[in-house]
Amino acid sequence: MGVFYELANPERFERIAKPLQPALTAIAVLLGGAGLYYALFNSPADYQQGDTVRIMYVHVPAAWMALFCYSVMAFSSAAGFIWKHPLADVSAKVTAPIGAVFTALALFTGSLWGKPMWGAWWAWDARLTSVLILFFLYLGYIAIWESIDDKARAARLAAIVAIVGFVNIPIIKFSVDWWNSLHQPASVFRDGGPTIDGSMLRPLFLMGAAYMIGFGAMLIAAIRNELMARRLQRLSEVAGRKASTVNVE
Amino acid sequence: MNGFLAIISRDVALGFKAGGGTVQTALFFALTALVFAIAVGPDTALLSRIAAPTLWAAALLSALVSLDRIFQADFEDGSLDVIVETADLLEGRVLAKAIAHWIAACLPLILATPVLALLLSLPAQGYWPLVLSLLVGTPALSFIGAISAAVTLSLRRAGVLIAILTAPLYAPALIFGVAAANAGASGAPNFIPSLLFLGAGTLFSMILAPLAGAAAIRFNMS
Repeated sequence: MGVFYELANPERFERIAKPLQPALTAIAVLLGGAGLYYALFNSPADYQQGDTVRIMYVHVPAAWMALFCYSVMAFSSAAGFIWKHPLADVSAKVTAPIGAVFTALALFTGSLWGKPMWGAWWAWDARLTSVLILFFLYLGYIAIWESIDDKARAARLAAIVAIVGFVNIPIIKFSVDWWNSLHQPASVFRDGGPTIDGSMLRPLFLMGAAYMIGFGAMLIAAIRNELMARRLQRLSEVAGRKASTVNVE
Repeated sequence: MNGFLAIISRDVALGFKAGGGTVQTALFFALTALVFAIAVGPDTALLSRIAAPTLWAAALLSALVSLDRIFQADFEDGSLDVIVETADLLEGRVLAKAIAHWIAACLPLILATPVLALLLSLPAQGYWPLVLSLLVGTPALSFIGAISAAVTLSLRRAGVLIAILTAPLYAPALIFGVAAANAGASGAPNFIPSLLFLGAGTLFSMILAPLAGAAAIRFNMS
């Protein structure tokens, strides 16, 4: 926890984050470039799915990130809730739009893949439905931040929304699985090792790493943005107060 | 315990008074069923197949539109301040408010369900499973909804925001409720597993709602 307490000071955070942001961006671009090269040119087409299997290299990591971002959001919320860590609230707030975009990307690419494979843009299959519900949970969380002006209160209330959503995600997942299942079962993280050939796993993991590190870069950029926006708002409030006192005198 | 029962009886009494919301919610429930029936058309075979899901969806929507009543009026006239100040355990008071919402808003819907099911020509063997699934499942709607109502307490016209926050969390209750009701309506004898899962969800939300709701109220009042 020591490291996290040191980061509570925005200036210290800025000192660490400033060089980290371009470094992470560069690594993400390199990994993504290599991953795309393998995905598009240097991996076999699937014997059943043909070239459409290449959509998976964009789609699967996006779906991983959709869940990962929600976890980051919920744990940041809990940290802000329990330890009153100021950066935790900011990190929870700015993670939401990033996670929502990953979720939208997963839904969109999944739909592109579904048309040739299932013959439909959309099917009310268990995983599609639970990811769609996840997307709505993200939007609800963002809506709470948008509708409360007082930042401190918004942080506390949004944290409750995030945590309640997080404990409900397994229940939603389970209920939707019970409801209907058409999507293929998990084939990478399962007991007994992955069922995907190594030539396809390489681009998949490269893309996964690129997404993850890219998320780190975006998160740092978004936190810095938010901190600067808040400082700007404080400064303009102070300036406005000064101007009004001068007028009175 | 006295405060707990006092809040339930007060809220229920207020709900059943003119303008208290109980009658409006029940009317809204009936109208939603009517809207579905008109949209589907007079195809009796189709209607009888979708009767149970329609009534579940109508119950869910009715719960959604009545949620802002749980805390809003008490927040505006200041009685919520009194409740927060005098409660030895705020979590218990939140639970009482949610239970009162279920009695005042959901229980009347369940009583009206057999009549509406008749209009939607639900098969005869489907009545008991549908009513049973609503009895077991609708408390979860009140409990989960109480959390959103508490979070949006200090916002003006929070109705739509409450619906946005709550509807995704209602998915499990809807799925298991309709699964039990449908299995019963199609004559399958084993609608019990879905019913048990539904009950588990209700009990879980009964624990979650007081904790999250009381925290949200404290942050909104501070």
